[in-house]
Amino acid sequence: MSQAATTAGAAPAASVATSEQYNYAIIKRFAIAAVLWGVFGMAAGVWIASQLAFPFLNFDIAQITFGRFRPVHTTAVIFGFGGNALFATSYYVVQRTCQTRLWSDSMASFTFYGWNLALVLGVITYMMGITQGREYAEFNWQIDIIILVVWVAYFMIYLMTLLRRNQPHIYVANWFFMAFILATALLHIFNNIQVPVGLFHPHSYSIFSGVQDAMTQWWYGHNAVGFFLTAAFLGMMYYFVPKQAGRPIYSYKLSIIHFWALVFLYMWVGAHHLHWTALPDWVSTLAATFSILLLLPSWGGMINGIMTLSGAWDKLRTDPIMLFLITALAFYGMSTFEGPMMSLKSVNALSHYTDWTVGHVHSGALGWVAMISFGSLYHLIPRLWNVNLYSLKLVYVHFFLATIGIVLYITAMWVAGIGQGLMLRAFDQYGNLAYTFTESVVFLHKPYVVRAIGGGFFLAGMLIMAFNIAMTVRSGIKAEAREAQAASAEARTA
Amino acid sequence: MTGLWEWITDMGNSKIVALILFMSTFIGVVIFLFSNRRRARKFETYRYIPLDDDDSHREPVARRDKTKSDEQ
Repeated sequence: MSQAATTAGAAPAASVATSEQYNYAIIKRFAIAAVLWGVFGMAAGVWIASQLAFPFLNFDIAQITFGRFRPVHTTAVIFGFGGNALFATSYYVVQRTCQTRLWSDSMASFTFYGWNLALVLGVITYMMGITQGREYAEFNWQIDIIILVVWVAYFMIYLMTLLRRNQPHIYVANWFFMAFILATALLHIFNNIQVPVGLFHPHSYSIFSGVQDAMTQWWYGHNAVGFFLTAAFLGMMYYFVPKQAGRPIYSYKLSIIHFWALVFLYMWVGAHHLHWTALPDWVSTLAATFSILLLLPSWGGMINGIMTLSGAWDKLRTDPIMLFLITALAFYGMSTFEGPMMSLKSVNALSHYTDWTVGHVHSGALGWVAMISFGSLYHLIPRLWNVNLYSLKLVYVHFFLATIGIVLYITAMWVAGIGQGLMLRAFDQYGNLAYTFTESVVFLHKPYVVRAIGGGFFLAGMLIMAFNIAMTVRSGIKAEAREAQAASAEARTA
Repeated sequence: MTGLWEWITDMGNSKIVALILFMSTFIGVVIFLFSNRRRARKFETYRYIPLDDDDSHREPVARRDKTKSDEQ
C-alpha cells in the first residue's frame, strides 16, 4: 500500500514557508472539531436508531427520548460535522487556490468559536425541550442571531480573501463555496423570521402561517440540502479530487455549466416535499419538473469528478483516500437519481411519510457528504500538521466499515419504506384499510434493527478515523516540538 | 414599450418572465463557453490551479518507520 497518497517529501524550509504564508491554525481547529462532532453526532444517530427498534432504550429520561435527541443528531452531523468540515476545507481551498493568506485571523477565530458555541447551545436547548420546531432549523431565535452574525463574518472573510488573491482567476471550487455561503445566509434569514414571545424568552412564533409557513420551511429545507449539503461539498470535490488524484479536473467548461445549472435549478425544487398537501398543484408540478431537470447538472458534475481519474484508475487499488472520494461521487450520482424519481407525484404518493425518505437522505448524507468529507479530511490533516497519516490500513478499514454500513442502512430503509407505503395504502375487497397502523409498526421492527446495525458499522468507522487522526496529529505535534528544540539548541550553540 | 413593461411587471406573468430570464442567461453562459475556441482553451488552463500551489511537507523520522511497516 502506498503512502504517496498522503505525502510529498520536500524540504522542511518549503513547508515552514507554506504554513507561515497561510493561516493553517484555524483550519486545524475546524478539522478537529469536525471529527469530534462526527463522533458525537453519529453516536447520537445510532442511539436514536436503536431506540426506534428497541423503545426501552428511552429509559424514561425525557432528555434522551427520540423527539429531543433527533435534532441533536441532525444538528451535530449536518452543522457540527459537515459545517466544521466545510469551514476547514473552504478556508484551505480559498487560501491555496488564491495563493493568499486568509483575510483577518481574528475574524476567522470568531467564526470558529461562534459557530461551535451556537451548536453547543443548540444541543443543550434541544435536550431541555426548547425548539423552534422547524426541521433542520430547530435553534431558538437567540441562537439564530448568533449564527447570523457568524455567517456574515464568514462571508466577509471569504469575499475579502478572494478580492486579495494572487491568482487572476477564481477557481471553480470557490464559486461553489461562495454560492453556499450566500444561499445559506438567504435561507437562514427568511426561514427564521420570527416574533419572539419576549426578549428573554426562548420561544417565538413564525411570521408565516399555514401553507406559506410549510412552503418557507421546505424552501429552506431542500435548499439547505442543495447549497449546504451539495454545492459546498461539490466545492470540496472540485479541489480535493484533482489534488488527491494528482490530475486536473476532467473538464473545466463542464464544471462551469455544472455550477450555473445547479444554482439556477435548485431554488425551485423545495415544494416537492409538499406533494398532495394544501399547496397549489402547479407549485407542486413546477417543483417536480425542476427536480427532474436537476438530474442533468448533478450527473454532469458526477461524471466530471469520476472522469478526473480517467487513465489513472489504478489509483483506486493503491489509494484508500481516492476510494473515499470516488465512492462519494458514485453515491452522489445514486442519490441524485433517487431524489428526482421520488419527486414524481405518483412515486411520492408511495414514498412520502415513510422510511424510504429517511433512507434517501442517508444515502446522500452518509454516501456523499460524509464520504467526501472523510476523503478530504484524510488528505488535509496530514498536510496541516506536516506528517504522514498514522495508518493507511486503518483508512481502508474505515472505508469498508463505512460502505457496509451505508449499504445496510439504505437497503433496510428501502424495505421499511416501500413495505410501509404499500401497507398504509392497501385496501381489502370492501374498501377498508387492509392493515392497521400498529401492524405497519410491527413490520418495521426488523428493518429498524438492520438500520441500527448499519449505523453501528458507520460509527465504528468514524471512531477508527478519530483514532487515526488523533495519532497523526500527535506525531505532528511531537515533530514540531523536536524541531523547536533543535532550533533552540542551534541558536544556543551559535 | 410601456405595454411590454406592464406585461413583465404583472405578477400573473412572473412564471414566464422568470423562465425566459433564467433560460436565456443559462443559454448565454453555454454560448459564452463554447463560442470562442481561444476562450474555451483559456478556461481549460484553469483546471491546473489546484495543482499549481506548493504542496510540500516533510516526513518526520518517527513516521518513516510506520510508513515502511504499512507498506509491507
